[in-house]
Amino acid sequence: MHNLATDLGVNIKMKKSPLITSMAIALLATSASTGALAKGKLNVLCSADTDWCSLMETRFEQETGVKVSLIRKSSGEGYAQLRAESKNPKIDVWWGGTGDPHLQAAKENLTQAYRAKELPNLLAWAQNQSLVSDNRTVGIYAGALGFGYNKNLIKKKGLPIPQCWKDLADPVYKGEVQIANPNSSGTAYTALATFVQLFGEEDSFEYLAELHKNVSQYTKSGSAPIKAAARGETAIGIVFMHDIMKQVKKGFPLKIVAPCEGTGYEVGSMSIVKGARHLKEAKMWAEFALRPDIQSLAQSVNAFQVPSNQASSIPAEAPNFDELKLIDYDFAKYGSVATRRHLLQRWDDEIKSLAR
Amino acid sequence: MKNSLVLWLLVGWVGYFILPWYLLEDGLFAFDWLFDGYPFDEDYSPAFIQVFSTDKAWLLPLVISLLLPLKALTLKKSDRAYASYLICSGSLGLAYLVIQGFAIGVSGWQFSLFANYFLDSEFNQYGMGYGALLYGLSMLMLLTTGLAARGVMKGDVFVTSSIGLIIAIVTVFVFYPVSQVLISAFQDNQGAFSSASFIDKFFDEKIWGLGCTTRSVSCGIAWNSLTLALLTATITTGLGLAFALIVTRTGFIWKKQLRLLTVLPIITPPFVIGLALILLFGRSGVVTEFFADLFGLEASRWLYGLPGVLFAQVLSFTPISFLVLIGVVEGVSPSMEEASQTLRADRWNTFKNVSLPLMRPGLANAFLLSFIESMADFGNPMVLGGNFEVLSTEIFFAIVGAQNDQGYAAVLAILLLAFTLSAFFAQRIWLGKKSYVTVSGKADSGAHMGLNPMLKMSCYSIALPWALLTLVIYGMIMFGGFVKSWGYDHSFTMQHYEDAFALNWTELGLVWQGAAWDSFWTTLSISAIAAPLTAAVGLLTAYLLVRQSFKWKSGFEFGTMLSFAIPGTVIGISYILAFNVPPLELTGTGVILIICFVFRNMPVGVRGGIAAMSQLDKSLDEASLTLGANSFSTFRNVILPLLRPAIIAALTYSFVRAITSVSAVIFLVSADHNMATSYIIGLVENGEFGIAIAYCSVLILVMLSVILAINLLVGERKLRRSNRLSNAIKKNSNAPLKLKEAE
Repeated sequence: MHNLATDLGVNIKMKKSPLITSMAIALLATSASTGALAKGKLNVLCSADTDWCSLMETRFEQETGVKVSLIRKSSGEGYAQLRAESKNPKIDVWWGGTGDPHLQAAKENLTQAYRAKELPNLLAWAQNQSLVSDNRTVGIYAGALGFGYNKNLIKKKGLPIPQCWKDLADPVYKGEVQIANPNSSGTAYTALATFVQLFGEEDSFEYLAELHKNVSQYTKSGSAPIKAAARGETAIGIVFMHDIMKQVKKGFPLKIVAPCEGTGYEVGSMSIVKGARHLKEAKMWAEFALRPDIQSLAQSVNAFQVPSNQASSIPAEAPNFDELKLIDYDFAKYGSVATRRHLLQRWDDEIKSLAR
Repeated sequence: MKNSLVLWLLVGWVGYFILPWYLLEDGLFAFDWLFDGYPFDEDYSPAFIQVFSTDKAWLLPLVISLLLPLKALTLKKSDRAYASYLICSGSLGLAYLVIQGFAIGVSGWQFSLFANYFLDSEFNQYGMGYGALLYGLSMLMLLTTGLAARGVMKGDVFVTSSIGLIIAIVTVFVFYPVSQVLISAFQDNQGAFSSASFIDKFFDEKIWGLGCTTRSVSCGIAWNSLTLALLTATITTGLGLAFALIVTRTGFIWKKQLRLLTVLPIITPPFVIGLALILLFGRSGVVTEFFADLFGLEASRWLYGLPGVLFAQVLSFTPISFLVLIGVVEGVSPSMEEASQTLRADRWNTFKNVSLPLMRPGLANAFLLSFIESMADFGNPMVLGGNFEVLSTEIFFAIVGAQNDQGYAAVLAILLLAFTLSAFFAQRIWLGKKSYVTVSGKADSGAHMGLNPMLKMSCYSIALPWALLTLVIYGMIMFGGFVKSWGYDHSFTMQHYEDAFALNWTELGLVWQGAAWDSFWTTLSISAIAAPLTAAVGLLTAYLLVRQSFKWKSGFEFGTMLSFAIPGTVIGISYILAFNVPPLELTGTGVILIICFVFRNMPVGVRGGIAAMSQLDKSLDEASLTLGANSFSTFRNVILPLLRPAIIAALTYSFVRAITSVSAVIFLVSADHNMATSYIIGLVENGEFGIAIAYCSVLILVMLSVILAINLLVGERKLRRSNRLSNAIKKNSNAPLKLKEAE
């Protein structure tokens, strides 16, 4: 049989150009070298920040020897990929990203149930995430909604400092507020759902109609408003607090506000994909990601969310959840397709189409 | 001719009996299988062995199509049976290959219809690999050879096979995946078919609303996109023409530099131009603040919305129309212009009545390309759109946004397609059936006339400030990579470059430490493979379209243009839907990226090729054919050398587009094959502008050097006496040029 094989090798070389042959040899060499070390493989879809993703990747590889292939995609893109690949999944575990798409994936049977050993040690909101999804997803961090303003710009324009959600609807801020479009951004949808839970549906749409007069643009991406505020393109941006903190750390003149009425939050989640080819390694990752020592590493890469394990150390820069007046966010209801469609439709009809 | 038949038949035999039939898990370029149990290992065996060793009996009938042609080899070509054998075996083989591929998948029978007849569903198969690929190719060639023997395309095997091949690959890689996603336009949210939901979605107020004409709300996205695309296409075509005229028709000293400058925006990764514009003209931008202080005006946000997006798009797409136009403007024969001047027309009249009409194919193609580009553009509206919503971004967020409404995305995609196709047909009508032949092989004097002073001045006054602006923007971008925080803290740092591209010498040798290296090398190698393929497929198609006439030609042309008109997001999703499961299981490989680029960018090769080729007189081909060359060597030795500008454009464009494209790529990248743009988007989303810009700057430099290298390698086209006598004849002793000398 060896004869055949060498014949074939010759055949192939004759057909390909030297470039391709050399590339093939190079690839062969690299795969051989990594193959010697690897103790299994794992494909991770990461929807957190790039730095955090690569930190997790290297840490996991060092500790377990499993070869991790990690791809970073926003949670919306990740969810779209899982759906498209559902017949033949290529991803094993989906780590990070806001909780709604994880819950949707769970509902559509794209992910599978797993109860990690650390589950009882997680904070209530993280366990709740697991509860409402029949253990198909679990909370790994939480971030509270708030808004940030550009100190310099507010001072220059002589504007009062906003403290509450209702302040933002004050006509003095006309054209100075930005928030994302809830149709495109999970952040803005969380804001919409938060208002509805805080003020009730009718009042919140009245509030949004007032706010609309002040909003200069509804951005596509959820964190875009605070980046615009950082560079002085707008005075106020409604985003997650940890996104503001990240800009502050970069030296931009921003100030974080925890709204006086209280606020909602997101639960960053993790799910194991249904039909994962490397299930054993995926479970190893799930245990790993919930461990307090691993969660405590996040702050070293400027991720200032609140970690889900009680024993993890909370970054000093993270918002203190006890002082925030967090609402009792109903993820099951406001993550459901029916409620979502209803609210978005209403937003389109009643807010988006309003004249300014 | 029988030689090639034997060759193709052999290819089929090799595919069936020798090479691994199924996809190898380690990818096409890994050769582990040679040493790892081949040929009896289940994963690696060829089809013939699979039939017996793994009970894949359904692969056995394929052998019939390999045996039948042996009979044909014994027959004369003129024999009707010869053609019949080939057509029969080719079409049977292809059809059976496709049917079994779709019918039996990873988890057994794919259609419940079949499963009822064959209750035993223990068997399954994975995606097709080397063997199946060669077998399919061989069957296709048998079929087309047979058809040619029947007299199709005047019996020309090369032309018939080329048409067959292009139809086959366009069907597999454009029609098949796109149909997968468009079907969802006719499904409601539960996945059931209903035309009512299509109509509901299609006539939505969000799409067609005209509120902006009367009140201060935003208009329907369809109108927004259309307005934007028309404006962009008009302005870019004008600018492109101005640049092309300056470079070819004036004594402007910095021509070379100008040429490079106009190429810059095209090689810029998306988002960067938008960001630079914000820093210059945004509300707190440098220029805005300067004028606000000067005139005591309130700084405004004019940039966000139609003006900003238009501005950025014109910056980005002017080079495309320039690339298309330059070949055409160069190609306009001086003798026509001389004739006009001899007849006492002044330079302006000559330009208006002779040169400009002869440039029509170029103008039309430039307009069409910019129009389509603007429609499908994603990066600029994303950064600068504000409340101005266009189809491409809406489609993206319909799929990945909080809505997750694939049906709505498909409806919008159909709409976008309708717009681009109408533009395509309008262009055809405008060009009509006139002749634009100017490179005829007959002797002409060689010197283009200069522009008349008025026109020259207006070209200068439009193009030069624009060039200056481009320069400033690129200055800004380069600068952004070296400062701590772009637009805020401008203290010098090399940190961003270090983070992205650090190299380290350790005892293990060179370590590619920077975060960007991984995606950088993947991007370069994938683009380098995709570019020549794109150019080849594109120019071959153009040749068939311009030089051959066959039934359904406009349908064929339409098919090859289709992939360009479809927004990248839709292509990305459709590729995952179509190629994640057998028979063609490509997701997660580098191959899917290459294929995506080839078929997305092919239309540019086609358009450029058509524009250039419609200037070449058919008598050149005829001379070559009369002298006994066949259509392949005519294409190779006569047409190709005269198409150099088109080749350069196609190579450059496809290379660069593969590096800079975003929306399709987002869905196709995998952990092992990550592309630069998707990595950069992650950085931009994260607010890491420094590293993103450093990365972009490096990419820009790389692309620039590659473009220069391509220009040097492919060389210039020698058309006229000035350069013809000395070089062309010596190098290129082909029929038509020699003929010219004989005159």
